[in-house]
Amino acid sequence: MTVSETKTAKQRRADGDTPLVELKDICVSFGGIHAVDHVSVDLHPGEVVGLLGHNGAGKSTLIKVLSGAYQMDSGEIRVNGDKAVITNPRDARTYNVETIYQTLALADNLDAASNLFLGRELTTPLGLVDDSAMEAECRKIMGGLNPNFRKFSEPVSALSGGQRQSVAIARAVYFNAKILIMDEPTAALGPQETQMVAELIQKLKAQGIGIFLIDHDVHAVMELCDRASVMKNGQLVGTVNIDDVTDDDLLSMIILGKNPSQAAA
Amino acid sequence: MTETTSQPIPSQPKRSLFQQLELDVRLLGMIGAFVILCIGFNILTDGRFLSPRNLFNLTIQTVSVAIMATGMVFVIVMRHIDLSVGGVLAVSSAVMALVQTKFLPTYLGLGFDNPLTWIIAIAIGLSIGTLIGAFQGWLIGYQSVPAFIVTLGGFLIWRNYGWLFTSGQTIGPLDKNFLVLGGVNGTMGEATSWTIGIVAVGISLWAMVASRRGRIQHGFPAKPAWAEGIVMGIVTCTILGFVWILNSYNIPTRKLQRMFEAKGEVMPEGLEVGYGLPISVLILIATAIVMTLVARRTRLGRYIFATGGNPDAAELSGINTRLLTVKVFAIMGFLCALSAVVASARLQNHTNDIGTLDELRVIAAAVIGGTALAGGAGTIYGAILGALVMQSLQSGMAMVGVDAPLQNIVVGSVLVLAVWMDIQYRKRTGTKL
Ligand SMILES: Nc1ncnc2c1ncn2[C@@H]1O[C@H](COP(=O)(O)OP(=O)(O)OP(=O)(O)O)[C@@H](O)[C@H]1O
Ligand SMILES: [Mg+2]
Repeated sequence: MTVSETKTAKQRRADGDTPLVELKDICVSFGGIHAVDHVSVDLHPGEVVGLLGHNGAGKSTLIKVLSGAYQMDSGEIRVNGDKAVITNPRDARTYNVETIYQTLALADNLDAASNLFLGRELTTPLGLVDDSAMEAECRKIMGGLNPNFRKFSEPVSALSGGQRQSVAIARAVYFNAKILIMDEPTAALGPQETQMVAELIQKLKAQGIGIFLIDHDVHAVMELCDRASVMKNGQLVGTVNIDDVTDDDLLSMIILGKNPSQAAA
Repeated sequence: MTETTSQPIPSQPKRSLFQQLELDVRLLGMIGAFVILCIGFNILTDGRFLSPRNLFNLTIQTVSVAIMATGMVFVIVMRHIDLSVGGVLAVSSAVMALVQTKFLPTYLGLGFDNPLTWIIAIAIGLSIGTLIGAFQGWLIGYQSVPAFIVTLGGFLIWRNYGWLFTSGQTIGPLDKNFLVLGGVNGTMGEATSWTIGIVAVGISLWAMVASRRGRIQHGFPAKPAWAEGIVMGIVTCTILGFVWILNSYNIPTRKLQRMFEAKGEVMPEGLEVGYGLPISVLILIATAIVMTLVARRTRLGRYIFATGGNPDAAELSGINTRLLTVKVFAIMGFLCALSAVVASARLQNHTNDIGTLDELRVIAAAVIGGTALAGGAGTIYGAILGALVMQSLQSGMAMVGVDAPLQNIVVGSVLVLAVWMDIQYRKRTGTKL
């Protein structure tokens, strides 16, 4: 955390710094379907890159390759310029990749704290799980994320969609992620909670965390992201700087699959 | 991420008496049904059912199934099933019987009733059970063969290995020291039993106080002091009542005389000595405590429940669910072998049909005890209580003189009824699992 901290993501890109993550030429297919077809995207520290596209475009599949949930058929992942081998979610964690899945990936029968710390429980000196300590931490972080959250001792199956989403967000940001993947993080949230997530993204960005944000809301993407990559039918339509495009440009990329620069040319 | 604004703790809304006590309503329902069952049988048998003698026998007959039922809770919570437990019990029992009656005394020349024999035999038996369980778990976890198929195969395979090893013969009598673990031949006596009971009460109360103090320290809601007091009272009465019952079953005078003669002493006239806690019951209690600790306070247990609740989420959280499956089935195998120790010691022989139908009893015990077949929910104490209910039902009907076919019909119906009531209860209270 030295001088480089003060550079913006934009400067870094201009200077040709090594990106935090590079997904290069990734292919994933399910049976005969090419869910992700030779897609390349990258991400710099402190940058938010939006991933856009119609339903089934392959956004979730692409980021699941990075989070270790899926294995790619071909392609390459680089973290800080070095080739990264990610074959399961445990590997992804070693690269400080944290993910908020579209499906949230919560164990419904456990309470919020147990889900927050799942796989990384706090333990007592004897090695037993320390539920009180975890509940205390959980109360702290939820306070800054969803102030109306009260249900700490119920299983998360008893929570509302938005409350569940808050738990999933809390889990991804608690463990000092360097690379954060958010797959439609605000889909179930109310306006106030959505605003809090937007503020959270700004804060994480300022800390130098790189974020992939999948969102269907073009306005939110325009507001939060530095760049946006648009996918259609598994292929990358193009990647644009948010400053260079309008909402309508993005929409036409998503719907028509045409890159504005190509259209202009 | 450090946020200083912690969640405020809401003031408690008004709640019913049961809620304030935070007692498990399901558990209470099951205890209620059990009490009614006992009283009913007691009336039908003119007070024989609740005699110390019968309660003692009931307890030692329950141990073997109850030990395995605690492991079945983990298996079912993980959304699997184990149909091979009776078979694993049989083969472990066969091997232990051969080791202690043939292999060690004659081939290795240790002689009969050597103090090492029982330890070696048990160590071998437990290893075999664990290995079989781990192997089945590997097929299920790493090779993705469904647990139903692997253990259905195991159901046929393991018992018949036992048959092959023993040529189908009854092996016995077993080692004298080994028999102590079976129940009636190994009890703690009255004084020691009271001591154990009092220590157990002390530890339970201490644990409850410590947990309460922890909650208050962290500023979490805790139940009112009076409610805590009532629960403590119930726990104390249950433990001491249990010891009292087992202590009040006296060793028959004839047997006592023989015990004195064996020591070369003369039995004082009119002496009465209670059996006290059987060692097999202590083994069950130790198993229950360890398994409960594993379920609630270890990562292993947390992962078992998480995987049962949502296997994908568990995997995405970095849990190695394949290895976890191996561990759970290895634990199950270990417990089958432990049950084999208790069961064969109780019967004083290894018989070819030992543990027959135990898979059904064990699954029924776990399910009656509230383990959800959909996975993700279940308790150790529930399974033990389930085993006790099943055993009481069976012994009670036998004492009343119900015909064998009718006994089975009733047991089968009770299993279905128990699960149906559980589903109704969960619907009513809105718990999804
Ligand atoms: N596990 C799977 N097995 C088979 N096909 C899959 C699987 N996961 C995704 N697909 C297919 O891959 C394609 C891309 O799906 P993906 O979930 O990546 O879309 P998405 O862009 O995230 O869409 P949405 O906006 O609806 O979330 C779809 O055609 C989908 O049917
Ligand atoms: Mg998606």
